[in-house]
Amino acid sequence: MRHIISILIENESGALSRVAGLFSARGYNIESLTVAPTEDSTLSRMTLVTRGSDEVIEQITKQLNKLIDVVKLIDLAEAVHVERELMLVKVKTMDETREEVRRLAEIFRGKIIDVTSSSYVIEMTGPSDKLDAFVAALDEESLVEVVRSGPMGMSRGEKGLHL
Amino acid sequence: MELSGGEIVVQSLIDEGVEFLFGYPGGAVLHLYDAIFHQQKVKHILVRHEQAAVHSADAYARSTGKPGVVIVTSGPGATNAVTGIATAHLDSIPMVIISGQVGTPVIGSDAFQEVDMVGITRPCVKHNFLVKDIADLAVTMKKAFHVATTGRPGPVVVDVPKDITDPAIKIPYVYPKEISMRSYNPVVKGHTGQIKKAVDLLLNAQRPIIYAGGGVILGNGSNELTEFAKLLGYPVTNTLMGLGGYPATDKQFVGMLGMHGTYEANMAMHESDVIIAIGARFDDRVTGKLEEFCPYAKIIHIDIDPSSISKTVKVDVPIVGEVTAVLKEMIALIKASNITCDQKALDAWWSQINKWRDVDCLKYDYSEDIIKPQYVVEQLYEVTKGEAFVTSDVGQHQMFAAQYYHFDKPRRWINSGGLGTMGFGLPAAIGVKLAHPDADVACITGEASIQMCIQELATATQYRTPVKVINLNNRYMGMVRQWQEFSYQSRYSESYMDTIPDFVKLAEAYGHVGMKIEKPIDVRPALEEAFAMKDKLVFMDFITDRTENVFPMIEAGKSHHDMKLRVAPGTPIDRELA
Repeated sequence: MRHIISILIENESGALSRVAGLFSARGYNIESLTVAPTEDSTLSRMTLVTRGSDEVIEQITKQLNKLIDVVKLIDLAEAVHVERELMLVKVKTMDETREEVRRLAEIFRGKIIDVTSSSYVIEMTGPSDKLDAFVAALDEESLVEVVRSGPMGMSRGEKGLHL
Repeated sequence: MELSGGEIVVQSLIDEGVEFLFGYPGGAVLHLYDAIFHQQKVKHILVRHEQAAVHSADAYARSTGKPGVVIVTSGPGATNAVTGIATAHLDSIPMVIISGQVGTPVIGSDAFQEVDMVGITRPCVKHNFLVKDIADLAVTMKKAFHVATTGRPGPVVVDVPKDITDPAIKIPYVYPKEISMRSYNPVVKGHTGQIKKAVDLLLNAQRPIIYAGGGVILGNGSNELTEFAKLLGYPVTNTLMGLGGYPATDKQFVGMLGMHGTYEANMAMHESDVIIAIGARFDDRVTGKLEEFCPYAKIIHIDIDPSSISKTVKVDVPIVGEVTAVLKEMIALIKASNITCDQKALDAWWSQINKWRDVDCLKYDYSEDIIKPQYVVEQLYEVTKGEAFVTSDVGQHQMFAAQYYHFDKPRRWINSGGLGTMGFGLPAAIGVKLAHPDADVACITGEASIQMCIQELATATQYRTPVKVINLNNRYMGMVRQWQEFSYQSRYSESYMDTIPDFVKLAEAYGHVGMKIEKPIDVRPALEEAFAMKDKLVFMDFITDRTENVFPMIEAGKSHHDMKLRVAPGTPIDRELA
């Protein structure tokens, strides 16, 4: 099953490699990993998507908690949560497809943030499956580049992951 | 007080009460060594190879409970230390390793003797630090000792760039008395509800067994374990790391369990209905085939490390907490409980266990012509009255030591259980002897293992550490040969060396006493003579049976009730090569 593990970690050099190293050393898989400092500059927030049986996920969370730099973590998949991913897509456009691509972007509530005579860069956020659907809807030939942030998430309601 | 970085490191060691600093100098730590030169409180022990520095400090820690401290230079000094660090990591030994690093301006430029020590050691330390600012140095040292010695202990590396220790830069020195880290708060007390559940399960058991590991020793819980076991009257088995955690000569002790454990211990595990694992981690050498591990048992597991629980074997009642604290709580609950254990069931269980005991699985055939390795260990046990500190290397001799030297006290049995590091024994013995100068210290080793850190005979000369080296010389890498015999139809691929040095001359060359013992009748007198030489390191080269095997044995992929026993004691298995 897919799990989204959200981690508060000391914002120190090497902290990211401790997490990445743990996954490779113990043979866990990482589908995506996104990390940036929080409003408290001494802390980073990391969101990690992984898959595994309940036993494996239990070990992953225990092993992550064991890392000295990890302050707190939650498995968002355990409760209701929201998740979003950011994607940038560069699409080649020709006169006859230009309007079609623009309409498609609108349907998916994307924003065109760069325009040339032969290309668009479209910005889109949403759950990962929506982004998948948009990419699938585009003509494969026209795709130049896709960049995705990997999902980030938060639990619903007033409670949050903080110190 | 204004101190330079080098002085801050050394002063912090003094403030931590460090007695010995095991190390080897080099370019990146010259400022540090100059600071060491200017004080007398911390005694530096100069080893002959950095790996040995870590093993000596590690054994000092195992035998005293205090953290072992090491200093090595950058690059090769640091990488040489890695085997020792990994050894300490797998056995959860509290250590602080200070490694020199190239100056901060050149980090990352492939400078002379530069390696990414923090990167290299990341998977084999509890934690590590790279100090980039002298202002962080004292606090980092405090954190290193705090992390190394609390919770589940382990080695911590502090990588110190050379410019941070520059004698020209001094800052005010304050060593923190206490430290708290928001990201590190190890659990101490166990969950009361879980402890109650465990006690209920234990008191209702029909065929219980106590399976205790190295955590009991690390957590100083031997007295509590003994009281707990005595109160219940249940059988106790120890892991290789747990030996000495429960008195081996007590009648409730059924011996070590696992791959080379006793028949009665493994059978009792297999047939039990309730197991309480205390500070043990269900290592693969203990469990054998996981699918068939203890098929009838409900399992209680006490461990300080949550990630040890249900890692390989699913546990019914997990208790995260310090072994000693949890056992104390359990003892109080058992005493207060109005349930008592089912004495009839327990009597039947003991009579079954005694039948297994009657198999006498450790019996071997004494020979008048050729020295049996087991005989040497038995005689060593008698000559030292079971009171010696015994270190070992890795292989058959290690298992013979574990089987035939009966440890009644904790911290007396010092071996590399998790990593299985050949070369551990001699430097370990030196570390133990420094900590316990009046005690007998024996290093049980083999002619292959001893050669991996033999240079430490020079360290032993320099610091006058008169340990006794018990070399069980079978002219083979015994354990490798044994596996090749069982699993590779006796194709002994590269498992022996045909140029073994004259150990007597070698010992003498380093200034020690050498003895070669070839007849069983000479074993006892030689040991008595050697241990009477209180101020001499004696290297005892016992020429033993080449083809002796370690039994019982659970072969890889087999389960506890599927043991290979010594079918016909003394049958020469390998006539051709004997």
